[in-house]
Amino acid sequence: MANTNFEKYKSDGSLAGNLLEWVDARFPATAMWRGHLSEYYAPKNFNFWYFFGSLALLVLVIQIVTGIFLVMHYKPDASLNAAGIPVAFASVEYIMRDVPWGWLVRYMHSTGASAFFIVVYLHMFRGLLYGSYRQPRELIWVFGVLIFLMLMAEAFFGYLLPWGQMSFWGAQVIVNLFGAIPLIGEPLSIWVRGDFVIGDATLNRFFSFHVIAIPLVLIGLVAAHILALHEVGSNNPDGVEIKKKKDENGIPLDGIPFHPYYTVKDIVGVVVFLMAFSLVVFFAPEGGGYFLEYNNFYPADPLKTPPHIAPVWYFTPYYSVLRAMVWNFFGLDAKFWGVVAMGASVVIFAFLPWLDRSPVKSIRYRGPIYKSFLTAFIISFFILGYLGTQAPSYWGEKISQVCTVIYFAFFLLMPWYSKIDKYKPEPERVTWK
Amino acid sequence: MSNQEKVDCGRRRLVIATAAVGGAGALAVLVPFVSSMLPSERAKAAGAPVEVDISKLEPGQMVTVEWRGKPVWIINRTQAMLDTLPQLNGDVADPQSERKMQPQYCKNEHRSIKPEILVAVGICTHLGCSPTSKFKPGADEGMTADWKGGFLCPCHGSTFDLAGRVFKNKPAPDNLEVPPHMYLSDTRILIGEDKG
Repeated sequence: MANTNFEKYKSDGSLAGNLLEWVDARFPATAMWRGHLSEYYAPKNFNFWYFFGSLALLVLVIQIVTGIFLVMHYKPDASLNAAGIPVAFASVEYIMRDVPWGWLVRYMHSTGASAFFIVVYLHMFRGLLYGSYRQPRELIWVFGVLIFLMLMAEAFFGYLLPWGQMSFWGAQVIVNLFGAIPLIGEPLSIWVRGDFVIGDATLNRFFSFHVIAIPLVLIGLVAAHILALHEVGSNNPDGVEIKKKKDENGIPLDGIPFHPYYTVKDIVGVVVFLMAFSLVVFFAPEGGGYFLEYNNFYPADPLKTPPHIAPVWYFTPYYSVLRAMVWNFFGLDAKFWGVVAMGASVVIFAFLPWLDRSPVKSIRYRGPIYKSFLTAFIISFFILGYLGTQAPSYWGEKISQVCTVIYFAFFLLMPWYSKIDKYKPEPERVTWK
Repeated sequence: MSNQEKVDCGRRRLVIATAAVGGAGALAVLVPFVSSMLPSERAKAAGAPVEVDISKLEPGQMVTVEWRGKPVWIINRTQAMLDTLPQLNGDVADPQSERKMQPQYCKNEHRSIKPEILVAVGICTHLGCSPTSKFKPGADEGMTADWKGGFLCPCHGSTFDLAGRVFKNKPAPDNLEVPPHMYLSDTRILIGEDKG
């Protein structure tokens, strides 16, 4: 991180040099460049899994830029136009059909939403693999979980805006979740909607949250996430601290400057990512009904729920957890416990740094118990995700209950199994072939 | 701190008092912002009663009308449909309609004013989806073989009988709501009001 005592840039006498010296005397431009890029030392053994942080940042930029252009044409208005179509729904169709290149901007934005969750899930999985949440990186992880929560809020609010059938009924279900809270639930959900049903007031406030409130918080959290990372330095696939072995200049022996080494490496990741992203945008923007749900091509109808409603794929694991709770406990409805379980399944990630008692960080040196639990957790996550896309069924309910138990066992039993597990000794320095 | 003993207690108290007043002011500012998100006066006024003519509603048919932005169902139940209700008393969560999901005048076996005409808000008491009618008994409409006719919520699988009573061990906690309503004549219903 930028040191205020950093040696200021000294001009070489050229015009550009003089200008930079002038700026540096007034703003820490060179100090920030060095502290975060050219003299930020990252472990030299980053592998495939370390692409997804910078890719998440790229997708954030894509979403913000495409979002700015969509707002120029979109209208958050639930009233019906002369043709009897809600204005908001019609304005999305207008973007798709009449705005020059509007279809591209919108497909980039809708594909970007799914891409965001893909890269963030992989980014989080990297953290689980290599123990990136462990001391001293707890706050990086907690900021990350908050980013994930904000991302879910952002996606949820954004999903109402096209004002299609899935937009409407998805919002109806999620806002009614608040109604499950005893005593304050019903007034709370009315307050969130701004009306007794999902309507124009709801659409307008969700638009406001989606384009202003949540993005501002998101950008602030991303800054905090990166500042915390650069304060303690990156973890690596071996989970050993590179700062323990430094050369005579105080530079970690296993560290290389982020710029140019990782900026250039990340460009490779960006190129591959953009290839996949473009393939979806141009050839399969609907993502087989998973990225854009077909029922959302019908305008919102408050009188008719589509025969099968399911959230977008990135919410389905949590939706399955919600549906898995069918028992009343302590005189409170199953619906309340479903909401509690769903909330807990997301928030519980934040407690990982304090649940893990293993002496090693990386999966490379962990024992069979952790590996089994992690595998079971990932499989459960996928099964829950699949079941969340399906209509409710007897066996689906039973299987999702089992998977929910495994999901929570991964976290809640971790203090014990991570302690008794076998582990291999960590190397002194990062391994590098 | 080395200058601990030099703290001017009078000034410290003033600082605390100033911070407290400032904090209270900041909290008070929250009130208008939070309140601005409540339903507006226009939204509150929009809940006018709705009048429906049911003279063309044949037995076994259902019509949906909009009241306060919600779907309200009016179902003209046949005698065969009504006969299923007492048989299901053991299978539904609240057979006697003890929970207050209906006006007092509809707290009866068929949950309605006239036995055959059911008026109910078509919003599942779980998370607010609108259930689908599955009137045909048996497995014809994708239900179980012992299905006697009723409603299925597509979102989380709650089922209701032909009086809107929720079946046991389903996600929905309550029977479907019966809105306040009254008959203006034999075939005209006013939904949303029950006093002349």
